[in-house]
Amino acid sequence: MKKFILLIILILLIPLSLSAGVNEYKLDNGLKVLVIEDHKSPLATFQIWYRVGSRDEPAGKSGISHLLEHMMFKGTPKYGSKAFSKMVKKNGGVDNAFTTKDYTMYYQTLASDRIDISIELEADRMQNLILDPKEVIAERNVVMEERRMRYEDDPQNSLYEEVLAAAFKSHSYHWPVIGWMSDISSIERSDLLSHYKAYYSPDNAVVAVSGDVRAEEIIKKITASFGTIPPSSGRTVVTSKEGEQKGERRISLRREAELPYIIAVYHTPSFPHPDSYALEVLGMLLSGGKSSRLYMSIVYEKKLAISASADYSGFNKDPYLFLFDATAAPGKDIKDVENALYAEIEKIKKELPSEREVQKAKNQIEASFVMGQDSIYYQAQIAGMFEMLGSWKLKEQYLENIKKVIPEDISMAAKKYLTEDNRTVGILIPTKVRGEK
Amino acid sequence: MRKTKAFSYQLSAISFRKIKNIFLSLIVLLLIAVCCLLSADVYALDANKKILPNGLTVLHSEKHNLPIVMITVIVKAGLLDESKEKAGLAYLTAELLDEGTKNRKSSEISEEIEFIGAGLGASAGSDYTTITLSVLKKDIEKGFELFSDIILNPVFAQEEIERKRELIKGSLKQREEDPSFLAERSFKKEAFGEHPYGRLVEGSTETLSEITREDLLRFHSKYFIPNNAMLSVVGDLTPAELNSLIKKYLDPWKMAELPERKIHPMNEEKTKKAVKIDRDVTQATIIIGHLGISRDNPDYYAVSVMNYILGSGGFSSRLMQKIRDELGLAYDVRSFFTTSKEKGLFQAEVQTKNESANTATEEILKQIEKIREEKVSDEELSGAKDYLTGSFPRRLDTSRKIADFLATVEFYNLGLDYTEKYASFINAVTKEDVQRVAGKYLDAENFVLIVVANQKKAALKY
Repeated sequence: MKKFILLIILILLIPLSLSAGVNEYKLDNGLKVLVIEDHKSPLATFQIWYRVGSRDEPAGKSGISHLLEHMMFKGTPKYGSKAFSKMVKKNGGVDNAFTTKDYTMYYQTLASDRIDISIELEADRMQNLILDPKEVIAERNVVMEERRMRYEDDPQNSLYEEVLAAAFKSHSYHWPVIGWMSDISSIERSDLLSHYKAYYSPDNAVVAVSGDVRAEEIIKKITASFGTIPPSSGRTVVTSKEGEQKGERRISLRREAELPYIIAVYHTPSFPHPDSYALEVLGMLLSGGKSSRLYMSIVYEKKLAISASADYSGFNKDPYLFLFDATAAPGKDIKDVENALYAEIEKIKKELPSEREVQKAKNQIEASFVMGQDSIYYQAQIAGMFEMLGSWKLKEQYLENIKKVIPEDISMAAKKYLTEDNRTVGILIPTKVRGEK
Repeated sequence: MRKTKAFSYQLSAISFRKIKNIFLSLIVLLLIAVCCLLSADVYALDANKKILPNGLTVLHSEKHNLPIVMITVIVKAGLLDESKEKAGLAYLTAELLDEGTKNRKSSEISEEIEFIGAGLGASAGSDYTTITLSVLKKDIEKGFELFSDIILNPVFAQEEIERKRELIKGSLKQREEDPSFLAERSFKKEAFGEHPYGRLVEGSTETLSEITREDLLRFHSKYFIPNNAMLSVVGDLTPAELNSLIKKYLDPWKMAELPERKIHPMNEEKTKKAVKIDRDVTQATIIIGHLGISRDNPDYYAVSVMNYILGSGGFSSRLMQKIRDELGLAYDVRSFFTTSKEKGLFQAEVQTKNESANTATEEILKQIEKIREEKVSDEELSGAKDYLTGSFPRRLDTSRKIADFLATVEFYNLGLDYTEKYASFINAVTKEDVQRVAGKYLDAENFVLIVVANQKKAALKY
């Protein structure tokens, strides 16, 4: 019987797919594993991605995914608080974790012959987290300090938070990943526990490993550590959709600051929507470096702003935004900055960009992908991120479709999405700054 | 765009200066004898060095895993080489390199470099200026041509000077919104006094206005000479290919008289000073510190071990364990030594809600006192050594990192056998050494304290 099981396991361990250097496996309990071999240096990155982020949170408990991410470092019965991080450091490695709107990712990069540490301890904390009530309170305070640092005391980030909240009314992208202050302070151990039980399970996770490892050895080890963890149920599926916006929304924020600042956002579909490729190239053409349109026009020629940028944020689970922002130059009127931004948008709607300009934007996207491959962390991250959006194989689709974008697609995308009715604008209005000493 | 999109468990976005410092404290490797190929087996970092007839030092390491080439040039010109009245000269010079040359207008440079998806950048720091190129192998010819052009032939057109000057002034103004920037600027000024390191590399609104085109031209022609620079090239390029690029594009770069580097006097008198900056903020940003050590101080290694235990070891550090884990007072707390050509700084910093400013300051001082007075544990000592010696392959895992590393090691003259020596230097550090350097280089009595906060709520007792 044992031999039989072993045989089945061995059959299961034959990679499902082996293109573009990614070895893909799936365990019986639903855990997806992606392994990328790269033997240039004796290092490996281990990443585990959970399909849970701020979009999955119940109202009133915003920030719970991020707080849980913090608590994941606070120990299991077998390995105490911070034991994992300390063990990684002791072996010369680095670890961290990130929470976004759509997913939560934990990683370690360390000597490849120490990869067992990651496998064993990630498997352990997927199922045995303590969530000590005292630690919950201490960590809640830590996160509140994090929020003060990143938002409360940063005028531009505060405006960003305001703009998002205005752009999204019904969808949970309405609240910030870190959560509202009062929500953070209301999160209890029981909330965290049910969030953990629902989302931290093998069938809701993807492991991406890259570096100086052998795929067949890694998958055996991962199967041994993760294979016995049962799948979970009871996850709520977020079904809320943001309705069509019919008319510009404007907000303003008055607070102690030095320079006026504007953010303008437009609802756009996310990758792999057919328009997403043209939007990506449009973002690059508007904002990819000093030769890009916004810098050239608003910063360099008109000298209205000290910075101006555009960013199509397409790698999201649900439709998200195309964002613009600009900081006014001292003495300049933010209204003029705003009009200059819109003038650039109208221009690209009316006149097709040249073939060369489009080619430049595509070359920039492609080159950054190639250069990124030099980092094992980046390789695993790209595979993991595309897997979160459907499949790691989408990366090839993404690059191929970027190549196919023509000037007409770009003007068309601008016309379709960058409209006044679809826009939410936020203006930071500086008030007087206090004195010294 | 600066919007925060993801929230991490530990702070990973640290300032360039701090990154440089951390990098140096973990450095290792390299070796080098003229034209000698070295094989540092496990790290697979084969580099060779030669000095060209025009005095340019060239470091080259072939990496054929990807069709990319990463280049870094260091020119010995920075804060140390400018006057107080013209502070910001080195920075403005670097910023203007790619804003027009004898052969190309500013817009032509960015257009050409971005068309090939390459990255070209220049920035000045305390001790030197760095110019970098990241390019695909297929475009190396074009990339190297542009790279050479901006180093050799910038014209510093008056119009571009005015434009850049205003941008820098605007950015300095905007950064005043950032409490960490205010604290850092004030701390440097108080700790270094009149020494150039006490000034911002960008200069100030006043000093920027004093810089003329003649200053820029003179600074460039004096310092941007091959015998005052080092070129580091890593990636998919053979020695023959590199030689031909150098011959073709760097041939006009002529050796000139080497500028002398002044040693600047540093006021080492011990003082205690508290600066309070009042802002409408929810958190107090606190820096505590004083003068530290230079990069060539023989105690550098013992200091690295000691500071890892005190405040640079992430969750293994005492400051983090106490102030974040036990007390929940802060998201981030750390200490570090900035080491440079001349004596740098020691500083501990934290952000905590206004009301906790006194407690956090007290705790930091207690930890400084403790590491001065008591020996560290065996576990702490071995943890620090294991990390410091074990982490450097990771610090050198991309061609970009290696290119920067080779140039920096050359600049600080870390020696032919640094690879082997580094681990042995670190491993030789004893608990007694840790206590000795803590006693010698940390001070819990005489220090500069900077607090940017809502002062009413912080109610500092210092």
